Amino acid sequence: MRSKSIKSLLAAVFSLGVLLFSQPAKAQHEEHKEPAKDSAKKEKIFDANEVIFGHIMDAHEFHFFSWKGSDGHQHHATIPLPVILYTKEKGLSVFMSSAFHHGEHNHEGFGLLTNEKIDELKLDRNKYAAGHIVAVNAAGEIDQAAKVYDFSLTRNVVQMLLALTLLVFILIKVARRYGTGVGITSAPKGMQNTMETIVNFVNDEIAKPNLGAKSSKYLPYLLTVFLFILINNIVGLIPGTANVTGNIAFTFVLSMISFVVILFSSNMHYWGHIINPPGVPGWVKIILVPVEILGIFTKPFALMIRLFANMVAGHILIICLISLIFIMAALNQYVGWGFSPFSIAFTIFIYFIEVLVAFLQAFIFTILTGVFIGQAIEGAHDDHGDHAHAAAH
Amino acid sequence: MNFFLLEAVANAGGAIGAGLGAIGAGVGIGQIGKGALESIARQPEAINDIRSNMILTAALVEGAALFAIIIGFLAMVL
Repeated sequence: MRSKSIKSLLAAVFSLGVLLFSQPAKAQHEEHKEPAKDSAKKEKIFDANEVIFGHIMDAHEFHFFSWKGSDGHQHHATIPLPVILYTKEKGLSVFMSSAFHHGEHNHEGFGLLTNEKIDELKLDRNKYAAGHIVAVNAAGEIDQAAKVYDFSLTRNVVQMLLALTLLVFILIKVARRYGTGVGITSAPKGMQNTMETIVNFVNDEIAKPNLGAKSSKYLPYLLTVFLFILINNIVGLIPGTANVTGNIAFTFVLSMISFVVILFSSNMHYWGHIINPPGVPGWVKIILVPVEILGIFTKPFALMIRLFANMVAGHILIICLISLIFIMAALNQYVGWGFSPFSIAFTIFIYFIEVLVAFLQAFIFTILTGVFIGQAIEGAHDDHGDHAHAAAH
Repeated sequence: MNFFLLEAVANAGGAIGAGLGAIGAGVGIGQIGKGALESIARQPEAINDIRSNMILTAALVEGAALFAIIIGFLAMVL
């Protein structure tokens, strides 16, 4: 009985090993036999990975779709974006990303890396990634020594600025309308209804319960964070747009601002509890104080990771479900057609969940910022309460 | 050959780690939901307070799971 189970285990391990090593070998073998057919096939299977990361990562263009034209070349429907580069030798260079022709051409001594190029030249994957711009010499070879500083307006930056413009436009319009008296003496109209609901929600659910008497001081910051994350989440859900809130740099900056706000609003009571926790035995303090000090930094770190991971996970989920159709179609065309209704139904379902998540993550980022600020100013509030209590007696 | 095996092990490790993280968070959020539902059934008038606290706690639990997923992802990529 035991020998039988070990035997089957060994068989499983062996077949797994064979499966692992046969795939690349087989692909290479076929490539030599039928290069044209296999490259198309391989492209389709490889696509899933590339498509997913192409959607998640930042890029120098808005890429909508590609198709194979009647001339046999690959065409791309894109909006090119400006590229701004700085090198010590050449100084500042500014041009549109369409000059690269999606990595096929070099321009002014710069080249755009693509996955095919990295594989072809066998570059170090840890150092170079698709979408990076590198310096090239006259012969078209990559100049490894030259350092290129990339300040380009990538699609994340452009989309963030567009979303910001939209938000400012809406808010100014609403504010102007209040200036004319609509909404103060009469019922609010149009966009005012939405904004009033949001402002009331942030004030009643986030600011007041956590910050108490000081809520009006922090309400502008909380509202700014809430609306900024919300508009970027929602604009990022429109098909074809970039994944701004799923960019770690974006969430890093937001959490850093929150961190600074928390530190600047902290009082002696907060630091006293960290450095010298009251009512704790001396030997526990040796463990507790480092943990508390670490806690100062894990709070903004958790804020950063939470927003980033949630948005990336949502986008990956949607694009994976869509990619499944093409993975199935690579097996058999009819399987692909048969699978697509299920895939699309699931995608729509997840999309609605993502709309919920867009609101929820904006809410969670704001409420946690509010809670952390509340912890930092808590002592003053308590002292104040104690004084009032004592005075009442 | 060794390289492929290493990569496969790294991928498997990352995936298993992310799965374990998801199990933990699933149990945790399930407990929160259970607690919230029971308390709402007991005190329907406190639904607003309970709801916002439930979302807050679920977000904190979820944060721990997301750390696991990020570490799993790093194990695959690095």
